[in-house]
Amino acid sequence: MPEIQIRHAIRDAMREEMERDDRVFLVGEEVGYYNGAYKCSEGLLDLFGERRVIDAPIAETGFAGVGIGAAMCGLRPIVEFMTFNFSAVAFDQILNNAAKIHHMTNGQFSVPIVFRGPNAAAHMLGSTHSQAFEPFYAHVPGLIVIAVATAYDAKGLLKSAIRDPNPVVFLESELMYSVKGEVPEEEYLIPIGVADTKRAGDDVTVITWGQGVPVALKAAELAAAEGIECDVIDLRTLRPLDTEAVLESVRRTNRAVVLFHGWPYGGVGGEIIARIQEMAFDHLDAPVLRVCYEDVPMPYAENLEHLVLPTPERGLEAIREVAYRR
Amino acid sequence: MTTPTDPTSADPGNFDAYFQSREDTLRWYREMLRIRRFEELAARSYTRGKISGFLHLYIGQEAIAVATKEVLQPADRVVSAYRTHGFALALGSDPRACMAELYGKATGLVAGVGGSMHFFDRAHQLWGGYAIVGNHSPVAAGHAFASKYLKDGGVTLCFLGDGALAIGPTHEGWTLAGLWKLPIVYVVENNRYSMGTPLSRSVPVDDITLKAPGYGMISDRFRVTSVAETAERLGAIVKRAREESKPALVELITYRFRGHSMSDPGKYRGKEEVEEWRRWDPLERTYRALHEHHGLSEDELEALDAEVVDEMEAAVEFAEESPVPEPEARFRNITIES
Repeated sequence: MPEIQIRHAIRDAMREEMERDDRVFLVGEEVGYYNGAYKCSEGLLDLFGERRVIDAPIAETGFAGVGIGAAMCGLRPIVEFMTFNFSAVAFDQILNNAAKIHHMTNGQFSVPIVFRGPNAAAHMLGSTHSQAFEPFYAHVPGLIVIAVATAYDAKGLLKSAIRDPNPVVFLESELMYSVKGEVPEEEYLIPIGVADTKRAGDDVTVITWGQGVPVALKAAELAAAEGIECDVIDLRTLRPLDTEAVLESVRRTNRAVVLFHGWPYGGVGGEIIARIQEMAFDHLDAPVLRVCYEDVPMPYAENLEHLVLPTPERGLEAIREVAYRR
Repeated sequence: MTTPTDPTSADPGNFDAYFQSREDTLRWYREMLRIRRFEELAARSYTRGKISGFLHLYIGQEAIAVATKEVLQPADRVVSAYRTHGFALALGSDPRACMAELYGKATGLVAGVGGSMHFFDRAHQLWGGYAIVGNHSPVAAGHAFASKYLKDGGVTLCFLGDGALAIGPTHEGWTLAGLWKLPIVYVVENNRYSMGTPLSRSVPVDDITLKAPGYGMISDRFRVTSVAETAERLGAIVKRAREESKPALVELITYRFRGHSMSDPGKYRGKEEVEEWRRWDPLERTYRALHEHHGLSEDELEALDAEVVDEMEAAVEFAEESPVPEPEARFRNITIES
C-alpha cells in the first residue's frame, strides 16, 4: 500500500467525491488559488474550476451559512475552516441552523454538509488559535462529530462524511497533516460511529481521538516497556459515540484513562467517564483518569505550552496510577 | 407626519391605478383579510392561554406577503424571520396547520416542534421561519447560490426587519450575495421599530438602501400602501435578479399596528402616530377602494369578512381538537440514518 500524508488523504477524499457527485463543492478561505492554507485542497481548483472550488472572503458566518442554505437545496457542500478556532464566529450557523433545520422543519429539509479543518493546539499559536472544539459541537443533538488521526481514517471517514445526509463536523490536526500512513489504492469507506483499536492490550484501556492518538500510542509504548499493556481505542467519531467499544475494553482491563487534546471541564472526556461509571461501574478497579489540557488558556511561551499539553509522559503517569504501579 | 417616501398621492382615499381592477382588488383584499383575521384569532387564543411562547403579529404588513405571492415563480423561495404567519397564509399554507402549529399540536405545519417563529412549508415555497435575528441572511444566500449552481432559474426572496440591520450575519450574507452575484432579493420590512427601539436609534441612516451600492446591489425603496404597487415594484426587481443574476435590496416602509410580540403594549409610540399610519393601512385602503370606487356594499363586504372569519374559526377549532404530539415524536428528525 502506498504511504501518503494526511493532507493528501483529505485531498484525495474530496477529489474522489467531487468526481463522483457534481453536487459536491468546496468553499472556504484560500481553498482555490492558494491551494489551501495547509494544502489540503492542492490541485482541486485546476481539476474542478471556480464553480466547485470557491474562494470565500474572511466571513465564516457568511460562507458557513451559504453552505447550509445550499445543502438545504440538495447540494453537498464541504466548508473548510482555516482552523476550527474560526468556526467560533460561525457558531450560531452550526448550532442553530445546521444542527436544527432537519428537526425544526419536521424533516422537510436536511443539511448534508461537512465542516472541516484543523482543530486543537498546534505549536505556539497562543490561546485564541489553540482550542479544541469537540466539546462545543459534540454537545449538540443533530450534529455528527468526527476526529481523525491517520491517513487511512481521514480518507475513509471524510468520504463517508461527504455522503452522509447529516451535518458533520470533521476535525483534523495541523500538527499531523504531514504524517504519513498507508492508504489503499482502491476505494473504501469507513463507517461513521465506529471506534478503532490502534493498539491491543489487556491491562489498561486508553481512550483517545484526533491529535491525542499519537500521544496515547507513545504513552502505551512507554507503559509496555514497564510491562503494562494498553488497549488504545481511537474513537474516531465522538458523536455518535461507540460506547460499546469502550465498555468492551474496560470490562476486560478494568482500568481506563482518557487522553485527549482539550480542556477537562465539561468535555468529551467527562462524557466518556460518565458512561463508563454508569454502565461498567462494577468492572472498575480504579477511578478513571483524564490526561488533557490543564484548565487554563493556552500560553504562547514554549515551556508553558508544553506544561499545559497532554504528553506521553503525563499519559504514562496516569496509566501507572490506574494500574497501581506507582 | 411625513416620511421621505410618502406616496405620490398625499390622500389615502385617492384610489389611483393600483386599485383599478375590481377582480384583483377583491382577491387581494380577501388574502390580506385572511391573514388579519387569522392573527386576531391567534391573539385571542394567546390571551386565553391556549397559545404560549412568542407570538409576533404581522397586522399592518399583510400587503407585503400578498404581493410576494404575486411575483413568485415555481422555482423561487421565500425566507423570512420570525414574523411569518402572513407569508405562510399568502403562499398557500393551510391555515388549520398554521393555527395547530401555534397550539403545539401534532397536526401543525411542522408537527408542533417549531411554533410561531419557525414556520416552514416547502410545498408552498416557504423556506423559514428563522428566529435568530439575521442568521437567515447567509442561508438565503446559500439558496440563491444553489439556484445559480444548478441553473434552476429560481430567485430567493429574503425578508428581514429593520432590527436585523446591525447584526453581523446580515452583512456577511449581503457581502457574499454581492460578491458572487447571486439571484437574491433582500427585502427589509422597515416597520420603523426594532422591538421598542425606533429606527433613528438603531440604524445610522434613515434610508436603508444607501447600503446597497456597497454590496454591489441594485435597490428600490417605497412605502407599502397597496398590494398592486408593491407587487409591481418588487416584481421588477425580482425580474432583474432572475434575468441578470443581480442581487438586490428593497426597503419596504410599513407599519405594524400591534406590539412587537404579545407581551408588548407598544407604549413607545403615540396614538397619533398609530392613527396616521392607519389611514394608509393597505387593508383599510383596499376596503375603501372596494366600497367607494367599485361600489361593493357594506353588506357584501361584511359577508366576505364573515366567510373569512368562518375559515379562521374553523382553523382554531381544528387546532383545539387536534392531538398533541405523541411522546415518541421528540426523538424524530434529529439525525438521519445513513
